[in-house]
Amino acid sequence: MHSSPPTISRSARPQRLIHEVTELPPFQTLIDEHAGDVMAVCRGAVGSSDADDCFQETFISALRAYPKLKEAGNLRGWLVTIAHRKAIDHHRARGRRPVPVAEVKEVAVEDPEPGDGIWELVGALPPKQRAAVTLRYASDLPHAEIAAALGCSPEAARRSLHEGIKRLRKELA
Amino acid sequence: MKDSLNRLAERASKEGLLDVAYTTTDSPFGTLLLARTPRGLVRIGLPNQDADELLVDLATRVSPRVLEAPAQLDEARRELELYFEGELTDFDLPLDWQLSKDFRRKVLRAIARIPYGQTRTYTQMATSAGNERAVRAAGTACGSNPLPLIVPCHRVLRTGGALGGYGGGLPMKEGLLRLEGTLKD
Repeated sequence: MHSSPPTISRSARPQRLIHEVTELPPFQTLIDEHAGDVMAVCRGAVGSSDADDCFQETFISALRAYPKLKEAGNLRGWLVTIAHRKAIDHHRARGRRPVPVAEVKEVAVEDPEPGDGIWELVGALPPKQRAAVTLRYASDLPHAEIAAALGCSPEAARRSLHEGIKRLRKELA
Repeated sequence: MKDSLNRLAERASKEGLLDVAYTTTDSPFGTLLLARTPRGLVRIGLPNQDADELLVDLATRVSPRVLEAPAQLDEARRELELYFEGELTDFDLPLDWQLSKDFRRKVLRAIARIPYGQTRTYTQMATSAGNERAVRAAGTACGSNPLPLIVPCHRVLRTGGALGGYGGGLPMKEGLLRLEGTLKD
């Protein structure tokens, strides 16, 4: 069996054959599915009282960029990344030490189910611990990626997470 | 969370990021989907149509910036309520015709001029749209009407008085003609 030779030269190939069109779902779908997660990330990163600002900024930014989004495969990860950037903006605007989250990658793990008031406590943690706990439990990042996101060694990330959890346990006890 | 989402829709609208606002509303025939662009009402989904599919279609054909924003459709909802109560005969709502093109749009614009309580035939609609022989195409235009009720395709019947078809099902077409006093028991 021989495959027949191509009848259309590469340069003459119609645009639609080389350009994959991504069909984006209605934006409301993103809200219905991920608003809870985005709010949890915001609460963890900036605390309860400012969480709604972070939430609004996140979805307005997402809405602005949405029609040009090339890849609709991981919309939750995309939203969580924006939420982290907005949280950093928030801390900078407040003149606090920014939480250095450069890039947030996404892995599929079960969604967290925060109990009553837990995110308020997380929001009250020192910045490094807060970021480590949020990245681990709201964004489902593994230790190595938390380290990369925080720009520290995996050992330091593990320590921040450990210290944060220890403190939360004490607060909850 | 509900307050947050209302604030979001409001801000999106102010910043020009709300390309398609939608809501659902009750009617005597079941739940309707109402969708608008900044230009005007763009789509009405009838009770027997799948709202999710309609929203996906809007995302593809108009813009993916589709948000549930009931406040944006207050006026349309109010006029439809009055219509179903028999209190309103002429809708006064800005319309966005972008979902229908060419001959179909001409047919739909002609249908939009049929007065409350009157009926026309598919042949008359084809003629009004400029092609008296395109009766079948006029029927197709009715079938693809993105704005039923407001563009009253239920007022178009077959020559001889048979009801013809209706996107929302024949019982709804009958019900609407009864409401308008066109169809007597």
